[in-house]
Amino acid sequence: MTAALETRGLRKEFGAKVAVADLSLSVGRGEVFGFLGPNGAGKTTSLKMLLGLIERTAGEGTLLGRPLGDRAARARVGFLPEHFRFHDWLTGRELLRFHGQLYGMRAAHIAPRAETLLARVDLLEAADRALREYSKGMLQRIGLAQALMNEPEVVFLDEPTSGLDPIGRLLVRDIIHELRDHGTSVFLNSHLLGEVEATCDRVVFVKQGRAIHELRLTDAGRSLAVELEVAADAEILAGLERLGRDVAAENGVVRLRVENEEALPEIARFVVERGGRLYRMSARRKSLEEWFLEVMGDDQRPG
Amino acid sequence: MIRGIATVARLTLHEAARRRILLATFLCGMAFLTLYAIGLHFIVKNANAQGGSFVQRGLFTAFITLAGLYAVNFLTVMTAVLLPVDTISGEIASGVMQTLAAKPIRRSEIVLGKWIAHVLLVAAYLVLMAGGVLAIARAIGGVLPPRIHLGLPLMLLEGVVLVSLSIAGGTRFSTVTNGVMAFGLYGLAFIGSWVEQIGTYAGNSTARYIGTIASLIMPTESMWQLAAHHMQPALMRDVGASPFSPVSVPSTPMVVYAGLYALLVLASGVRAFSKRGL
Repeated sequence: MTAALETRGLRKEFGAKVAVADLSLSVGRGEVFGFLGPNGAGKTTSLKMLLGLIERTAGEGTLLGRPLGDRAARARVGFLPEHFRFHDWLTGRELLRFHGQLYGMRAAHIAPRAETLLARVDLLEAADRALREYSKGMLQRIGLAQALMNEPEVVFLDEPTSGLDPIGRLLVRDIIHELRDHGTSVFLNSHLLGEVEATCDRVVFVKQGRAIHELRLTDAGRSLAVELEVAADAEILAGLERLGRDVAAENGVVRLRVENEEALPEIARFVVERGGRLYRMSARRKSLEEWFLEVMGDDQRPG
Repeated sequence: MIRGIATVARLTLHEAARRRILLATFLCGMAFLTLYAIGLHFIVKNANAQGGSFVQRGLFTAFITLAGLYAVNFLTVMTAVLLPVDTISGEIASGVMQTLAAKPIRRSEIVLGKWIAHVLLVAAYLVLMAGGVLAIARAIGGVLPPRIHLGLPLMLLEGVVLVSLSIAGGTRFSTVTNGVMAFGLYGLAFIGSWVEQIGTYAGNSTARYIGTIASLIMPTESMWQLAAHHMQPALMRDVGASPFSPVSVPSTPMVVYAGLYALLVLASGVRAFSKRGL
């Protein structure tokens, strides 16, 4: 089966300004993909190019095996724009039915699908109220339901949890997990790193319109930072060099990096067998936030 | 193609109904017609009391009816520009259009759906208002202008030209710029037409020429002139003394030109919107 999404060298210029320089991406079927970067990195512009909302200056790409912007492919795609807004005189139920029509769904399928989604995003009670009476969080949830009307194969979510309270965020997180279980690909544009960490299989960091780093969150490829509070001699320290890397000792605390959890019992046994007195041992993965700051470099200013 | 256009057109009509645009338009229209009926009633009563020949009174009533239709023409122009002025630019600005355009629907279907809905709204408005004026003229004045079947479609064509302009402008410009431009062009055609009439009357060919150029840039006022020419009694037309009796009558090719003008403007709007980044 082809990838859900593939691009090579996508570029977008607005006059002299380069919004997206050179974007090459691949998103698999059923993958939850995080697109990370500071404000102004070209995330939304990239997403709009993928959906055919703006024309690209250069580059190629396919969405569900069809060229970017293809109408038939859009029938199998869902999109929740950032700060979702729609005609505020429509009720939630009318909005979903109207979008069902826009997707070209059969009339008999539209009504039951709308009811299922209204229940899923917890808006059944508000279904007959006009959108102008909805809170920011309710709008975001009805927007998410709108993006799922056609049971899409790929869903693009641009900052889906902005404006949501913690309960709303949990709901979105659960829905993303359900989508993945159904084999739907999710393209998540976000700078809420906690959300991304909790939902994504893989992330790409973008900076100035370029994908500069890729990170798989599911596998163990992310090394662990280990900290030992230990009274140890030079021999033990030298031995630790073999078990991990970047070993550094300071004030009775030894820090090193290991590739996976299997190294931890080895380290403990080694230290104890050599007569080291181990008071404390901890290991943790580098958080996405630490990765983000490291990958983006020191030249970042709040955008 | 048809399905997409129909879906967008339905939403647009639904919006007009839901946002009470129709109600407001209807109520203002009714107020106008009521005032018109009362005014006409007293004018006719006064004319009858003062005597005068049957022909004089007939001409007088025809004049008042045309004045009523002229007011309807002006209101239709306003409606045709203002109703669709925000429909595309406003939805682009608010972000509604992004959600719409990401659906499996052509950009052209969005523009055409909105165009059809607004043409229907303007047609309904014209039928209601002009129909009201004519019914009142018939009931109170006892006369109907001749050749309504020629005059009213010309007034509608004028409205269609303006709806097309307003829709097409919205694909390129912000709401305010679009409105200013549409009314600016209408004003240009209006003044151009008067320059042409006076030029013809005074035998000044330069003035006539300027007027013709203005009608080519914007053919709306010509359509009203031609409609007014058709809908007045032969005698009034021959005397040519009223503001509704054009000295220089727009030709039939001008009607064809206005129709093509509307289509071309609409096509350019579809083209601009199809290329536009959202």
